[in-house]
Amino acid sequence: MDSSIIISIYIFVLAIFIGFEVITKVPPLLHTPLMSGSNAISGITLVGSVISASKGQDGLSTILATVAVVFATINVVGGYLVTDRMLEMFKKEKENK
Amino acid sequence: METVSGMDKITMLVYLIAAILFILGLKNLSSPKTARRGNRLSMLGMFLAVVMTAFKIIDPVYVLIGLVIGSAIGAISAKRVQMTAMPQMVAIFNGFGGGASTLVAFSEYLSLNSGYQTLDFSITVVLSILVGTVTFFGSMIAFAKLEGIMRGSPITFKGQQLVNAVLLSFILIIGAFFVMALGGVSIFSQIPPWAYLIIIAILSMILGVTSVIPIGGADMPVVISLLNSYSGLAAAFTGFVLSNYVLIISGALVGASGLILTNIMCKAMNRSLTNVLFAAVGKEAGSSTQGEQRTVTRYTGTDAAVMLENAQSIIIIPGYGLAVAQAQHVLHEMATLLMERGKDVKYAIHPVAGRMPGHMNVLMAEANVPYDYLYEMDEINDDFQHTDVALVIGANDVINPAARYKKDSALYGMPILNADKANTIMIIKRSLGAGFAGEQNELFYDPKTMMVFGDAKKMLMEIVNNLKA
Repeated sequence: MDSSIIISIYIFVLAIFIGFEVITKVPPLLHTPLMSGSNAISGITLVGSVISASKGQDGLSTILATVAVVFATINVVGGYLVTDRMLEMFKKEKENK
Repeated sequence: METVSGMDKITMLVYLIAAILFILGLKNLSSPKTARRGNRLSMLGMFLAVVMTAFKIIDPVYVLIGLVIGSAIGAISAKRVQMTAMPQMVAIFNGFGGGASTLVAFSEYLSLNSGYQTLDFSITVVLSILVGTVTFFGSMIAFAKLEGIMRGSPITFKGQQLVNAVLLSFILIIGAFFVMALGGVSIFSQIPPWAYLIIIAILSMILGVTSVIPIGGADMPVVISLLNSYSGLAAAFTGFVLSNYVLIISGALVGASGLILTNIMCKAMNRSLTNVLFAAVGKEAGSSTQGEQRTVTRYTGTDAAVMLENAQSIIIIPGYGLAVAQAQHVLHEMATLLMERGKDVKYAIHPVAGRMPGHMNVLMAEANVPYDYLYEMDEINDDFQHTDVALVIGANDVINPAARYKKDSALYGMPILNADKANTIMIIKRSLGAGFAGEQNELFYDPKTMMVFGDAKKMLMEIVNNLKA
């Protein structure tokens, strides 16, 4: 059996454990930014979309990949910007005055 | 194993750096002080990953077109969105992420040169399309419901769960046909493999729709969290298709994050995930369970102001209704006035206040309420018994004592804020209507309760004016 899929599965499983460790430490105060921020991370599909869209293939394959680039970019850019906008609003009392 | 060129090695190392930056970014979200920096680290990771990928580009034209259009749409919507509409925004962004996964999987399949593929490739293509498409269409339905384009109440039909189960089985069976066809075992040799993929996509689309329409408005926080998790899984599966580790790691992180939030939301409502997904709760919100007429004591804004002036400790319980009335700023003004008079003022935030996890905190932060005044339920629930006034605005189910004892209630078992333990409970509300869960709130009729009927913003302004006078 091809070993690359096995390595992929290893990485996937280990990353899930890291995810659980890191994310359980996020306080409920920040759960909305966590969601929009992690949402932006899932836009990493952009990397895949770019690879697919740039193969220089003709026709449908490229069209689909280009639409994928648009979708993933909306996800990434929108997700990060809106998270930054929210986090900017969280202030402690002293900073306010 | 395929050979890896020097350039590819560098690319893979940069992807590793990107993955580390994502993890550090999430780690920094553990405190509001470092959260913004964390988000920027995460952005940097994404930037590096995309730039590094750009080196592989053979034909940049389409990529650039896509990037420009996507950035413009993303940036404009992120700038314009109202904080109350955050759940819709997250839902639709989720959907786009899932949609991208589906499209990449299709595109990868179409760009193949040979007809025969390994098992790994064809299986992950199927999974990518399944999860990506369900995420896309599920998110669109969630968006439509939250935005009010579609009715928020659950849409159910007979045998809904059966239909979903059958759909999923069909998808998996057809997926197996596809995998076999690509492996050289064709059962229906006259059907080209891409036709299987199209059928899978169509069935997944139907599954995405039918699995979200039966979920009611109150349960939306759970669904958004779950779709968040799916979008991560979709990204990870795309990573499997491309053998791209940064996609796999990021997808796994997001998948875990979504699952944790889903779990927290379910616990906060004392519901199991299966119950949220299949029980269609919140069907007839507003139907009163008690026929008898009971009297309530009505008060005006002036009475409320007097009461607050005489109180020493006040806990404010904001609900989504407060944000709908756009009254957070007036509330903050009122709280500041009271604090200037030496009163102890705190905010109690229920885990499901608002329409997505942590939503109410963002809405309060938007009104410049410092986050150190916002307390989570577990931190503050014991304080109510020593508190003079619990001021409830635009919240209902989260303070309904029926959740503690009324076994036949939809709310039963849900942890609530102990507003009823305060000396006086002041509730600003439009009417005596039941909450999302359709359960009447006996607290309205409690002799300790002051009901102040009216629009939250107007009433709070009245209180502020009285306090100033």
